[in-house]
Amino acid sequence: MIEAKSLCKSYGVFKAVDDLSFKVEAGQILGFLGPNGAGKSTTMKLLTGFLAPTSGTALINGIDVVENPVAARRNIGYLPEGAPSYGEMTVLQFLNFIARARLIAAKDIPASVEEAIAKLNLAKVRHQPIETLSKGFKRRVGLAQAIIHDPQILILDEPTDGLDPNQKREVRRLIRAMAKDKIIIISTHILEEVAAVCNRVMIIANGRLLADDSPLGLIARSRYHNAVSLVVEAPEKVASSLGELAQVRKVEIREGELTLFPSGEKGLLEAVTAAVRENQWQVSSLRLEAGRLDEVFHSITSAEAAA
Amino acid sequence: MNGTINVMQRELNGYFATPVAYVFLIIFLVMTGIFAFYLGNFYERGFADLDPFFRFHPWLYLFLVPAISMRLWAEERRSGTIELLLTLPLTTWQAVLGKFLAAWLFIGLALVLTLPMWLTVNYLGDADNGVIFAAYLGSWLMAGGFLAIGACMSALTRNQVVAFILSIVVCFMFLLSGLPMVMNLFNSWAPQIVLDGIASLSFLQHFADITKGVIDIRDLVYFALVIGFWLLANILILEVKKAD
Repeated sequence: MIEAKSLCKSYGVFKAVDDLSFKVEAGQILGFLGPNGAGKSTTMKLLTGFLAPTSGTALINGIDVVENPVAARRNIGYLPEGAPSYGEMTVLQFLNFIARARLIAAKDIPASVEEAIAKLNLAKVRHQPIETLSKGFKRRVGLAQAIIHDPQILILDEPTDGLDPNQKREVRRLIRAMAKDKIIIISTHILEEVAAVCNRVMIIANGRLLADDSPLGLIARSRYHNAVSLVVEAPEKVASSLGELAQVRKVEIREGELTLFPSGEKGLLEAVTAAVRENQWQVSSLRLEAGRLDEVFHSITSAEAAA
Repeated sequence: MNGTINVMQRELNGYFATPVAYVFLIIFLVMTGIFAFYLGNFYERGFADLDPFFRFHPWLYLFLVPAISMRLWAEERRSGTIELLLTLPLTTWQAVLGKFLAAWLFIGLALVLTLPMWLTVNYLGDADNGVIFAAYLGSWLMAGGFLAIGACMSALTRNQVVAFILSIVVCFMFLLSGLPMVMNLFNSWAPQIVLDGIASLSFLQHFADITKGVIDIRDLVYFALVIGFWLLANILILEVKKAD
């Protein structure tokens, strides 16, 4: 378990992380979501003991990261931002170095290294110096070193940054596959990634925790949640007609698409389909909105910026 | 201990994975040769000793050791691997010591490769091998002192050139502290105890003592203290200023 207790990190008057407290339990894949410079990376650096907090602390499986950083780090696999590695080493040399540094017993090192190579599909490049690899491979080497000791806690700073769509899928699949009984924290500014891999999201901006929810819970905060959008001929006429419905609070027309926001009364979709059938409108698309994560993200983080 | 050795091995392998090691070794061997034979008049003196060879080591180290030490931490900062290294289950002192030992062993290797000088002098005459051994030891210890300063300077910056220049300046001050041009600045006004203090910091004086063949425990302690002091400073700098 990870427990952050009032973590603060300031540089002079600038507060990079401002009084963060949270708990993460095994089985959770937590996504740190926030604009650039929000304090996501700094929070990760505090959790891994790379930076010392200005005040507060974090417990990693009960071990205080400030008082006992080396013991705390043993439980953690960490991919720093940008996936740094020693470029002149080959993939195999690098992973062997990390395996030894991670205190894996000498007899288990070859097996651990091979497993990491297999999981990240690095077999082809095992003897290549890392600096000669493509960005995608470098990122996978970074992930391989993070999981080599099968840590209970994985902290991954932008794990899919710089990967192509197929590689992104592959890494997300890997993260989900590892998640059982583990704690995984990833940071990202890609919204779809959060919905795709995380079961918990924390939105951070200006070093502060603004929202802590499941991806579905966040989406439900959207004003589009349960709204109905349809594309129809003569949208203005339809809009004024549908605006009369008791289930509709508000109608918006954008680029020929009509969006009906629910008033809270049940049966909006049913009422709309009934009206469509009755009036024989020519509808080319009709859908029930789940909510829009980007809109939630924007409204939460920009409200913070305005405050 | 294992952590230190692991870091040391990685670092040493790193030297030989790049041209750094070969360039350094060749330059070092060529330069020691040039200094000993041309400036030191190795043959013309007519003595079977290695004094002309060792006499120039402090000045060679002044430039060559910072060239080795400048990348120790600056490169880790520049490439971001410092974050990787210092989030492994290692203490900072293990990382600092491992890197220092790697560079120190590497310079030791460069010294070992000068053994043809020793063979030559034994072939030419009846050399005092005790004195030569002491001088080798002294030279290596002095290199350790330079190296510890350089490692500490390298931890200050992500720019290797800045690290190189800072190292040379600080090493230069340590070298010169016993020479008249520095001592004259203090002679007229400073009390004797300060003068002795400054003079006793000199690498040159302690190195000269050892090359005479007298391995005095005080000279050994001196270099051990210099190395210890700068490595400690290195650790503190890293602890205070980890992220850029």
